[in-house]
Amino acid sequence: MPDTTALTKSTDVPAEAQTPAATDAGPAPGKPRSLWSDAWHDLRRNPLFLISMVLILLLAVMAIFPGLFTSASPRDANLAEHYLQHPKWGNFFAPDWLGYDVQGRSIYARVVYGARASITVGVVVTIAVTLTGLVIGMLAGYFGGWLDTILSRITDVFFGVPFIVGAMVILTTFEERSVWVVILSMAFLGWTSIARVARGSVITIKQADYVVAAKALGASTTRILTRHILPNAIAPVIVVATIALGGYIAAEATLSFLGIGLAEPTVSWGIDVSTAKDQLRNAPYVLVIPSVMVSITVLSFLMFGDAVRNALDPKMR
Amino acid sequence: MGRYVARRLLQMIPVFIGSTLLVFLMMYALPGDPVRALAGEQHVDPAQIAQIKADLGLDQPIWQQYLQYLGNLFQGDLGTQIGTKRPVADVIADAYPITVRLAIFAFIFTVVAGISLGIVAGLKAESLRDRSLLGLTLVLISMPSFVLGFLVQHLFAFQLGIAKPNVSLEPTNSELIMPAIVLASLSLAYVARLTRTSVAENIRADYMRTAVAKGLPRRRVIGVHLMRNSLIPVVTFLGTDIGALMGGAIVTEGIFNIKGVGQLVFEALGKREGATVVGIVTLLVIVYLVCSLLVDLLYAVLDPRIRYA
Repeated sequence: MPDTTALTKSTDVPAEAQTPAATDAGPAPGKPRSLWSDAWHDLRRNPLFLISMVLILLLAVMAIFPGLFTSASPRDANLAEHYLQHPKWGNFFAPDWLGYDVQGRSIYARVVYGARASITVGVVVTIAVTLTGLVIGMLAGYFGGWLDTILSRITDVFFGVPFIVGAMVILTTFEERSVWVVILSMAFLGWTSIARVARGSVITIKQADYVVAAKALGASTTRILTRHILPNAIAPVIVVATIALGGYIAAEATLSFLGIGLAEPTVSWGIDVSTAKDQLRNAPYVLVIPSVMVSITVLSFLMFGDAVRNALDPKMR
Repeated sequence: MGRYVARRLLQMIPVFIGSTLLVFLMMYALPGDPVRALAGEQHVDPAQIAQIKADLGLDQPIWQQYLQYLGNLFQGDLGTQIGTKRPVADVIADAYPITVRLAIFAFIFTVVAGISLGIVAGLKAESLRDRSLLGLTLVLISMPSFVLGFLVQHLFAFQLGIAKPNVSLEPTNSELIMPAIVLASLSLAYVARLTRTSVAENIRADYMRTAVAKGLPRRRVIGVHLMRNSLIPVVTFLGTDIGALMGGAIVTEGIFNIKGVGQLVFEALGKREGATVVGIVTLLVIVYLVCSLLVDLLYAVLDPRIRYA
């Protein structure tokens, strides 16, 4: 049953984010709901969340099992028969549905197979950035003093370097730019905003009575950080991370478009837009279709992030 | 106030040194050889390469090269391009004005359109008007600038024939409007959303009710009382945004073929001209640092409760 594994896999991210509080968020009637169950209660009724969830699931299945959507191969080039063949809009989901590109490759197949690179980069960069930023931000916020000064200055340094330009500098030095090289260079520069948010959040939380109580009871620093600080300080971090996810997908497409991100033979929407730009006049669909795919993908993650923010930020109500 | 500015300027020094070091390391410590790139595919005598490297000081250890670079930088010397033998400062000075113009246009557009849209949406939160404007900003944010750039180019230049697809070598102000709008779109959407949230939150505040109850004209209530309080988060964003606009120009300049800093970085990266890349990024970092200082000083203007000692 390939479908169900795909579903559970793709829901991993939000589910994982909520586990720290899952233990105390049990549905106890009559009791005041926790932030997390309250947020979940809101999310389930938010049409924006439901629409984005459906789109994200669809994209995730597309990324894991592209073969389910098309039988055509994205790398089969047939110049003699298909050079810039226009779309046959009626042939839904057939290889010639969205036409062929300048190398005679099925645009529909390329769009389907391109999902994998985009989603992988977006999700993995977000996870890496969140973990790094959380650790640095928590250490700086909790211990303060000289450690905070050093870590905050380092964060400032990385924050000052413009993201796209910095990623370009790193990426040009690599001869072969696989998905993992792109992920690494983006994560290397991207963790700063999460670190800042986490630091601010931890500084507020560490003065709370329950943290003081835990300390007085002799709890170890690790225990205080993981059991008391983390679950309570993580909400704003998740908000920033979910909204950033869409941005990373857009950044990957931009870098690939500039010819500095992913490279052939990896199938990427950014590369396809880049190769299509010379035909913008006579075959605009070759450029528009992958562009629309990028935008829809970014939009679904943005809507998802927006919904999560509204649910988790009590000030927004 | 004077002491605060002095302290902030001092704090900038380590951040500035750190950022240049970071870019320097990324540029030089990672694999890739600028001298070999100069020769292209041709075979070059290794002795000759070693000679050129010695002349340029590229054979020294990386930390020595960096100290040398930093020392020159404080004397206003950004180094020399390996390929053209021109001083990097001159090359950047040629390309900079056009990018600054583009960024200023984009910034004005961001501020004017972003804040007005935000106010229009925020004054009637949750209304149809608000929701459609929010939806519009989401669509703008989800379109990477290369997508929007080609869309605008295709529509206005190829379909409608109103504008030229590429700008000329010495572009006039009107030629830069289309690229500036494309460059501004993302920031514009963020500013609109920030303003909207801030306005929607502050409109229920007590001081607003007082202002209305005092019988102040609506224009004054919104223009002074509401705006002054709502603009603080927006100003924060705008401060960091100027640097981002200049960095983002790399895509916009590529699409509309503008010979600015973005194109320069792009070419320099291809030729592995380290001094040029580090020089431009250094400049971007300075812009960012100065802007964030200005923002912090602006807080005190917007909110008299904030005082800097």
